[in-house]
Amino acid sequence: MTGIAGPIARELRGPTAPLMREWTRFSPRQRLARYTVWLAIVAALVWSVRSIEIIPEFLWDAPEQMADLLVRMWPPDLRYYPDAVHAALIETIHIATLGTILSFGMAVPLALLASRVITPFAVLNGFAQLLLVASRSVNTLVWALVFVAVFGPGAAAGVMAVAFRSIGFVGKLLAEALDETASGPVEALRAAGAPWGSVVLKGYWPQVQPAFWGIALFRWDINVRESAVLGLVGAGGIGVVLDDALNFFQWDKAATVLLAIFAVVIVAEIFVTRVRARLI
Amino acid sequence: MTGHTGAALEIRGLSKAYVAGKPVLHGIDLEVEGQGITAVIGPSGTGKSTLIRCINRLVEPSAGEIRLHGQDLARLRGRSLRLARRRIGMVFQEYNLVERLTVMENVLSGRLGYVPLWRAWLRRYPSEDVARAFTLLDAVGLPEHATRRADALSGGQRQRVGIARALMQEPELLLADEPTSSLDPKTSVEIMELIATLCSEAGIPVIVNIHNVALARRFARRIVGMAGGRIVFDGPPEALEDSHLVDIYGGEEWL
Repeated sequence: MTGIAGPIARELRGPTAPLMREWTRFSPRQRLARYTVWLAIVAALVWSVRSIEIIPEFLWDAPEQMADLLVRMWPPDLRYYPDAVHAALIETIHIATLGTILSFGMAVPLALLASRVITPFAVLNGFAQLLLVASRSVNTLVWALVFVAVFGPGAAAGVMAVAFRSIGFVGKLLAEALDETASGPVEALRAAGAPWGSVVLKGYWPQVQPAFWGIALFRWDINVRESAVLGLVGAGGIGVVLDDALNFFQWDKAATVLLAIFAVVIVAEIFVTRVRARLI
Repeated sequence: MTGHTGAALEIRGLSKAYVAGKPVLHGIDLEVEGQGITAVIGPSGTGKSTLIRCINRLVEPSAGEIRLHGQDLARLRGRSLRLARRRIGMVFQEYNLVERLTVMENVLSGRLGYVPLWRAWLRRYPSEDVARAFTLLDAVGLPEHATRRADALSGGQRQRVGIARALMQEPELLLADEPTSSLDPKTSVEIMELIATLCSEAGIPVIVNIHNVALARRFARRIVGMAGGRIVFDGPPEALEDSHLVDIYGGEEWL
């Protein structure tokens, strides 16, 4: 036998050999911890079902209501599209695009500050991360409410809302991409006596470039969808049309709007996937 | 009084401890003349790489002097350190090219210490730099590859680009940190030959960390053997005998 030799073999042949060959995936303590987690999940489920107070009658006739709604929405009246929907749809895309570009203007400096490899000062990293978290912790709709109060109703508030919500997302992903870059090329440029700006430009930027454009496209894609509902709080875009249609019970018009949003999201998805495939 | 003795590089009492009280280098003294290859051999973890990286301050020395043509590099900070680094080229084990840039841009990035940021940004490198880059690409045997991306090259080709990039700096000293350790034996010889030829033509002294004793004997005119953070052998390749190798690497069975 060549596989196991020396003291290990001697121990395996001893009187306790069968015992030592026993194997369990988890220690008792780990098993207890796992059961505790399962128990907590079940408890949380029970608790949440109780606290949302489902009214059984409303739950039982939900399929009926749903069917009724769909019947009223079908067929969508596409005649609304040229006059009422088209301009709003374009405005939505503009809000998403402008908001995304604006957010990058603010997110890039914050990402540079938040990245540990670019800014080797923990205090500044923490400060930048705090701002990024603050931006993310507020929903786009809430940002929209704030900016409608500042700028008044309209697309400007929508653009700002989209931008401020995106800063945190873009900044966080960009900072992570920077932190994951290979240190070798950067070291080589420093060894050549390159100044800081050139090291960032020729050492870090080429490495994060695919991530950068990937994040930009992904965020734009999200923003198209998010800006479709901004109109519900008066921040411009196709949501305004949807809100009106719902308020006036124009179900066929609402269906046209939903169809338009769906089409735009699909087209955006195809566009983004195509472009991203060519980036890497 | 600079203590300048005519050697290109003069190291005095160089120590480095990454963790206080556990020095990796114990007061290294080393003088390197103005030409030829000096090979540093020794077991892994003995501080060869640390020694080489202290010279261009990629690693901060804990104590000692490192004089390049009289100027003490160990004391430099900020801009003056950057300007001193331009005078020292470096070749790496893992090539350290910027993968997504073309071969030409990688070679030109050897000039980043000289070229202002806006020129690098707009890729408007001075025409004499571009001409020199083409000359160097010819010299390292990659004349056709200027527009290929670095990540499309083989290991040997990448190291050739690494050499061209280092020589773009017009350095007064070339450091090579295990330049052949990731390459096959034939390519290793070709790379060492390239370093030897180009640097002797340009009159640049080379310090190379190398694991392969045979390669060191073949190309170096001086071998420095290190063990435990100290220099235990220093002499021409002919003087390196098995007893010295036992001192450097320990054991005898492998010889």
